Amino acid sequence: MSENDSLPDATKNLPWPEQYQALSKSAQAPVLKAFYEAGCVSEDTPISEVAMVALDFETTGLEADAHSIVSIGLVPFTLDAILLNQAKHWIVRPRLPLHQTSVTFHGITHADISDAPDLSDILEEVFASLNGRIPVVHFRHIERPFLNVALQYRLNEGIRFPLIDTMAIEAHLHPDRQPSFFKRLVGEKPISIRLADSRKRYGLPHYAAHNALVDAIATAELLQAQIQHHFGVQTPIGNLWL
Amino acid sequence: MQAELIDIRNHLIQHAPFDEMPEELVNELTTNIEISYVRAGTQITETGQISTRMYYVRSGAVEIFRRSGELYNRISEGEIFGQFGLLMRGQVRFPARALEDSLLYCVPKEIFHHLFENDENFADFVEIEDRSRLRSAVSRREKSNALMTSRVNRLISRETVSAPTTVRLQEAARIMTDQGVSALLLMDEECGATCDRERLVGIITDRDLRTRAVTEALPSETPISEIMTTGLITIRASSYVFEAMLTMLHNNVHHLPVIDGDEVRGVIALADIVRYESQSSLYLVSNIFHQQDVKALKKISRDVRDSFVRMVNEDANSHMIGSAMAGIGRSFTQRLLELGEEKLGPPPVPYCFMALGSMARDEQLVVTDQDNAMILSDSFVPEEHDAYFLELAKFVSDGLAECGYTYCTGDIMATNPKWRQPLKVWRSYFTDWIENPKAEALLNSNIFFDLDGIYGRTEFAEELKALISEKASNSQLFLSLMARNALNRTPPLGFFRTFVLEEDGKHQKTFNLKRRGTAPLSDLIRIHALACGSRAQNSFERLKGIGKTKLIMEDDLSNLRDALEFISIVRIRHQALTLEAGGEPDNNVRPEDLSPFERSHLKDAFQVVSNAQKFLRFRYNSQATRHV
Repeated sequence: MSENDSLPDATKNLPWPEQYQALSKSAQAPVLKAFYEAGCVSEDTPISEVAMVALDFETTGLEADAHSIVSIGLVPFTLDAILLNQAKHWIVRPRLPLHQTSVTFHGITHADISDAPDLSDILEEVFASLNGRIPVVHFRHIERPFLNVALQYRLNEGIRFPLIDTMAIEAHLHPDRQPSFFKRLVGEKPISIRLADSRKRYGLPHYAAHNALVDAIATAELLQAQIQHHFGVQTPIGNLWL
Repeated sequence: MQAELIDIRNHLIQHAPFDEMPEELVNELTTNIEISYVRAGTQITETGQISTRMYYVRSGAVEIFRRSGELYNRISEGEIFGQFGLLMRGQVRFPARALEDSLLYCVPKEIFHHLFENDENFADFVEIEDRSRLRSAVSRREKSNALMTSRVNRLISRETVSAPTTVRLQEAARIMTDQGVSALLLMDEECGATCDRERLVGIITDRDLRTRAVTEALPSETPISEIMTTGLITIRASSYVFEAMLTMLHNNVHHLPVIDGDEVRGVIALADIVRYESQSSLYLVSNIFHQQDVKALKKISRDVRDSFVRMVNEDANSHMIGSAMAGIGRSFTQRLLELGEEKLGPPPVPYCFMALGSMARDEQLVVTDQDNAMILSDSFVPEEHDAYFLELAKFVSDGLAECGYTYCTGDIMATNPKWRQPLKVWRSYFTDWIENPKAEALLNSNIFFDLDGIYGRTEFAEELKALISEKASNSQLFLSLMARNALNRTPPLGFFRTFVLEEDGKHQKTFNLKRRGTAPLSDLIRIHALACGSRAQNSFERLKGIGKTKLIMEDDLSNLRDALEFISIVRIRHQALTLEAGGEPDNNVRPEDLSPFERSHLKDAFQVVSNAQKFLRFRYNSQATRHV
């Protein structure tokens, strides 16, 4: 969960729809005001009725305080349809220098980012896709903290929202994914809950390319599969979001 | 399109009809896809539901049902479904259910209609499904060949030139010269008051004047009726030019009177057709008859393969190519028999030289061995006459081998005394095969049920055809054992419409288009033809005959016709490509050598073969004797 130091605990403990209402009044930046005003579904809403947006960031590292966002991919979707005609992808100029290691990882180079906009230049576009939708990510310790820090830095205020983490769902489904010492002796491998490995378990295809948009689409597909296999379309969103 | 979506686009463009779609349209399509994951067993669409999307299977498998609940089709990766409902502007026609966990790319109906209106290839593809898709694949090829789209009546350039049969030789020659024609039609005017129209009874050509009149030094007053050709082979005005070509090839004639109802519309000559096909196989045929010895025949036999490749490149259909190749093979045989008779003297008793198998069916290709036999007159006395016929048979067989028609490994050749017998023995062979059938024996005699007299007393062969047609349809045991044998070879299609591959001699994973495709098809067509008493030999002609008896539904017949055409043409194209690359053609293809279009349609075609085999099994309640 993101931090907003000035926020009273009473607000933080409100159910999400009411919390959004309160935040829409206290938020100063227009993009954030609009985000909260778009509202949040109540926790008993069936997942099949929830508008979601799969979100993926490529970053220069894993620490929100020390590293920066390099690219953003997102695709709005529901359980029924991942809408490619609303898919978006941006490369943004990171605040901190690119490390060579992360270049080799996500393939975005210095040349790509030298002309890229700063995140503040595209915030309105990004929020146009986020407003009114529940974000879905694979591994929740990237997108939410990175977005929070980036907004703190640029707007002087952070952001709070619930999200669904497909990796957390896999972790929940495979609590004993590290085999015991004995099982490891007989060759049993740990169960991987990384995106590509999780997808394989549902028969989802392999995507050759790795970029924020493909990973966002891959995450959306994974959630559709998880719901169909383990939860059912009537599952209240409150059971899934974190 | 976002460059990041390229993975999705790249999957689409590997599959028909997206493989031929213009890039902007594919990009537009990709951008508008809605992805949906469905679990095995999920009902994706239901009958009567409003259609809103077409579906593309990205991974997994989906089953399509008829309204009756019967399984209609199984769709796997890279294939589409749901297009029918959209075309009907309304309701789902074939409900779909996920067979496996599947990832579907859904195309919203607005985008579907946009593609439909802007890409003709896409429109053609979605408008027709499977077997009808196969049909349009076949007809699209054929549209590009003028021989197959032009009708005979377009070749008639002038009024019919005719004369009464009562004219004299010199008068006939004068009319032909004055009118500048190479053939004169001869009409019977003696039909009295019962008819008001003259009746076509004969033809005389330039060549006839040379060979029959001049060389024989006939008096100029000879009645033309004494030297004209009767028992005319004609062609209907509405026939296609290629049919006229096949008729000429098959009968070795160079002029065809064109008939429209009862009326004679004109004459078309070889030269009229050759205009349509610059380097016609008809030339090769007439050339064969000009060669004076085996050595010379061998020399021109090298042109056969060129002629084959040329026809393929000119987009001829398989019926045309098969008939042309058979016509060429038949001509070599006929010329060799003429040369043999010149060398050995006239035959001591009448005989008929008979072609068997693919040549008899007019379905010959370039890789072929010789299958032939002799029917001798019943006046044949072995001690007195057989030495002559053995020598003639050897002369022909050796000559054919020189010309590239290898000896038959099963020894089905006139050189084998068993297949050089008088008509009465042949009658007893066929009677025995049909009335006391044994599965194993029929495996070997199968080939004799495709037969055609090609030289000498061809009426002997016609007698055998009559006997077969009369007896076969009455012997259920014979038909059911034939059916059993026909089921030994199955199409190379796995459960999920994947190709089942075998290792060939060169250790490559291939499937055999003849053994697994055209052969099982012609086998099962033969059985239905025998069951309905058809005397046709060519598989396409047999299908026509079967159609008249209503033994098989018209739809299923067209499917069989299209499947045969498509598998044959892929086989032919494969051989032509090998020849052009300087290789030795065979029947084994690797799936990766086929275009996605061919792969997809071949699967449809093999599915037709498979269904037809199921019908055969059901009809004759027969199981395969063994699996090959």
